[in-house]
Amino acid sequence: MQGFQNIQSLAAGLRAGDFSSVELTQALLARIGELDGAVNAFINVTEDAALNGAKQADAELAKGTAGPLCGIPIAHKDLFCTAGELTTCASKMLANFTAPYSATVVDKLQQAGMVMLGKTNMDEFAMGSSNETSHFGPCHNPWDLSRVPGGSSGGSAAAVAAGFAPVATGTDTGGSIRQPAAYCGVSGIKPTYGRVSRYGMVAFASSLDQAGVFGRDVNDLALVLGAMSGFDARDSTSSEQADPWLEGLSDNPDLNISEPAKGTIGLPVEYFTDLSVGSAELEAVRLQLEGMGYRCVDVSLPHTDAAIPAYYVIAGAEASTNLSRYDGVRFGHRCEDPQSLEDLYERSRGEGFGGEVKRRILTGTYALSVGYYDAYYVKAQKVRRLIQQDFLTAFTKVDLILAPVAPTTAFAIGGVQDPVSMYQQDKFTIPASLAGLPAMSLPCGMHEGLPLGLQLIAPHFHERQLLECGARYQQQSDWHTQQPQVRA
Amino acid sequence: MNWEPVIGLEIHVQLNTDSKIFSAASTAFGAEPNTQACAVDLGLPGVLPVLNYGAVRKAVTFGLAIGAQINKRSIFDRKNYFYPDLPKGYQISQFEEPIVGAGKIRLHGSDAKAGNSTAERWINITRAHLEEDAGKSTHDLYSSSTAIDLNRTGTPLLEVVSEPELTSAAEAADYFRQMHALVRYLRICDGNLAEGSMRCDANVSVRPAGQVELGERSEIKNINSFRFVERAIEVEIQRQIDILEAGGRVERDTRLYDPDKNETRSMRSKELSNDYRYFPDPDLLPLEITQAFIDEVAAELPELAEARQARYEAEHGLSEYDAAWLTKDPDIAEYFEVTTNTSQDAKLSANWLMGDMSAALNRDDIEIAQAPVSAQQLGQLIARIKDGTISGKIAKGLFENLWQAKETNLDASAVDAMIAEQGLEQVSDTGELSNIINTLVADNPDQVAQFRAGKDKVLGFFVGQVMKATQGKANPKTVNELLRAALSE
Amino acid sequence: MTNEPPVSTKIDAADSGQASDAPDAPQDRIKDGINVAHLQRLARLALEPDQAQAAQADLHNIVAMIDAMQAVPTDGVEPLTHPLETPARLRPDRVTEVVDREAFQSVAPAADAGFYLVPKVIE
Repeated sequence: MQGFQNIQSLAAGLRAGDFSSVELTQALLARIGELDGAVNAFINVTEDAALNGAKQADAELAKGTAGPLCGIPIAHKDLFCTAGELTTCASKMLANFTAPYSATVVDKLQQAGMVMLGKTNMDEFAMGSSNETSHFGPCHNPWDLSRVPGGSSGGSAAAVAAGFAPVATGTDTGGSIRQPAAYCGVSGIKPTYGRVSRYGMVAFASSLDQAGVFGRDVNDLALVLGAMSGFDARDSTSSEQADPWLEGLSDNPDLNISEPAKGTIGLPVEYFTDLSVGSAELEAVRLQLEGMGYRCVDVSLPHTDAAIPAYYVIAGAEASTNLSRYDGVRFGHRCEDPQSLEDLYERSRGEGFGGEVKRRILTGTYALSVGYYDAYYVKAQKVRRLIQQDFLTAFTKVDLILAPVAPTTAFAIGGVQDPVSMYQQDKFTIPASLAGLPAMSLPCGMHEGLPLGLQLIAPHFHERQLLECGARYQQQSDWHTQQPQVRA
Repeated sequence: MNWEPVIGLEIHVQLNTDSKIFSAASTAFGAEPNTQACAVDLGLPGVLPVLNYGAVRKAVTFGLAIGAQINKRSIFDRKNYFYPDLPKGYQISQFEEPIVGAGKIRLHGSDAKAGNSTAERWINITRAHLEEDAGKSTHDLYSSSTAIDLNRTGTPLLEVVSEPELTSAAEAADYFRQMHALVRYLRICDGNLAEGSMRCDANVSVRPAGQVELGERSEIKNINSFRFVERAIEVEIQRQIDILEAGGRVERDTRLYDPDKNETRSMRSKELSNDYRYFPDPDLLPLEITQAFIDEVAAELPELAEARQARYEAEHGLSEYDAAWLTKDPDIAEYFEVTTNTSQDAKLSANWLMGDMSAALNRDDIEIAQAPVSAQQLGQLIARIKDGTISGKIAKGLFENLWQAKETNLDASAVDAMIAEQGLEQVSDTGELSNIINTLVADNPDQVAQFRAGKDKVLGFFVGQVMKATQGKANPKTVNELLRAALSE
Repeated sequence: MTNEPPVSTKIDAADSGQASDAPDAPQDRIKDGINVAHLQRLARLALEPDQAQAAQADLHNIVAMIDAMQAVPTDGVEPLTHPLETPARLRPDRVTEVVDREAFQSVAPAADAGFYLVPKVIE
């Protein structure tokens, strides 16, 4: 079935004439139509745009000069702006919003010939770890529809897991790609902060947000990441540091992993104490990596425990003001019959935002308030430096870090009610986000019928090491090839 | 009791960049509403700010001109408050680490006519920082709505904060004028007050003379003319004195000046927004400025008013008063230099500018940049006086004719063309003048006798008659010489 | 940890800027409570009474969780505001944006004659 093929095999099929991009797109749209009622991975299926894109891709393919991504379908998280299609951020606030521009990521992937299938479900404004805060209802984990797919990019992870799309974009602020990838048994990468333009990506926390991608295997991640990354003059935080290897990936899809592995992988002790689920599986991963030639050693990241508090201050503070623009004046939800300007603001925002978004806005507002700024915001930024320093120190001794992705497997929808407990979901992913490091989540086992993930973290701009290590691991494991049985 | 006012000004200078401070939309004034507000200015979801090099360069130019420290690293912060002309719900500004540190500016003395230089008076400037302007709200266009135009949103502003050192409304107005002249000399602001290119907020308090502690202050927002600065502060000082003398207390508040009623009143709408929750804007990275860049800007600083004044005194031998008058405004100084260049006579050029030109500008209520007589033309006119082609009296008429003709040709050649066309050349031909004089001498024997009897005044009668006969075109010097010769015979 | 909403006291809203007078110990802040109504005003966020009650409890718990970081010694540590500490890149002063007002205002809740409209503001 085409839904579960990777890009390389789909690209080969397109070139061999086994199917056209239009046929491939139609097949996936049909599968979405049949099964997404149960999964709810998509907020909006962009059928017309998809078929038009596929037609154009077929014309390109016919010329014989198209790149490896041409004609390959993709789903975009619904916080990437897409000209001509709704961009809702899974919020009532933007339920009817169509941006007059596209995100740089969307443009770049379109230029590479990729075909947009639709916009995927997510936690509202990317705030959440379960996809339950979506205004359009929760997304369901394809492995067990009663469970969450993780979040915030839950719809993208679920779409790939369910065979709706070979790859999907996501964004990661504190784990929003890695945790859902782990819960849905797919591969996902968050590159170095600044690698991928944030232009046209609706902001949650500007100093943390970074776009990335979900796919069936590391090779697919590399292909798409190569096409979407690169300097963008419209984003002040976009890095000018070029990586010809990475950017060349979409032309030359093969990761060169034939040579024996070398290098050292660190296992942070703080991540493994009290790890209830997955310690045995990660121990098996460690042995496999050593078998490939990597040396594995323990490292310490002593400030790990302070990461969640620092993150919720920083992300909350940035979010609280990033979301001030949703005021019912120029776009977005406006309350009925506002009696005054203040009434317009308070009711439009009160009605347009869901509970978790409001909690984060209030938390961030508190942290930035007069008299609290030093105790919270400045303190959190200092802790942030200590956390980054932990990693930089570790990377003087090791090349990569191996860690768990999440403390549990996918939990039941409605199973975690308390916000503070929910925030613990991200304890293994937040530190790398605060430090701006590239990190990847790969399937590494099953626990009671649910996927488990491993996390690899690399120094800034060392995506190559990350991808090559991941590709080696997937050469010798088959967890990433497993498929859920999705029933309508 | 004797009350002493203490005033500090925050002046918002719109920098005259082509594009906005964080977006590539145009800053041009007067476009249709919201036709110059791009996605970044509108604060649409997902769009991002990118800092304009031109704004940074102009801020550094200003800092160097006031002798300030240029901070090698400065930070853009978000100032959070809700208002419909502030699309993002925050203004990007610089709070703790501004681009320009402490500097100072010299006042010319409170006498509105510059040049009466009293004791040197310097006002300290605390800091100057870059920020984005907001849009405009119009409240009287719709019966139940306020209309929002975001064209101005994102126009770069340099906010210049003075120390509370100004001691009278007149001095505050003088400071505002000096700032206006400075930013125009630097060519970093068009200085168009009517279009809001410079606005100021005034912090005003009064205290008993001799007291060290400051009294409670009020802030008058958004004053945009020299006259209003003076009047607003004056009435606010009086209001506070009245309160204090009645035994009351001045409350800290934000006020607006109403020029029609000539009073300030409290702005209730500003009461709620005190906690601005400043923090570094995570969409923007720290602005770092190298010494090489600062040196480059310093090397290109234009000659400023004081240096020009000194040069005019030294190079052209102008009086301090004249030199100060000519340099108070960069456009006048530029005009003067071009005029002098053409006329080759600085003193005459200065006289013309301060006399006929100034009078005409006042009469028509226009600025020198809009004068219908160009600097080249005035220079040529003066040159033609000097070479004897026209008389000074004729020149005055010619100047008026040029002014009224509103020639599109602003070239110097227009002057010669008009002289020829209107036959204004001076008659210096001794033959022609001798004929006229001989006739006059023959026709007026009584006056000739009076002159010869020592009544020198009678000469004036003969000069007048010659001028009448030549329609004022006779060269007065020649006429004098010929007349004296003829009458003495 | 209790879910009882603490008694709220008014947050001191000084005139401007970040006061250097940071509050004392984290425990005191928790004890003093979080003035949700004040935060709502600052954030222009209407909450139903029961939501406000829940927000009070949630914020209490969140701030208690956050306060765990207060135990980390940070004397002499520079705040890290950005993961990559590179300087700002500047844009040349050129007008390249073409404004399509119609497109921008097609998503506006209320616009007329090119203006965005809001309920009348009395200054």
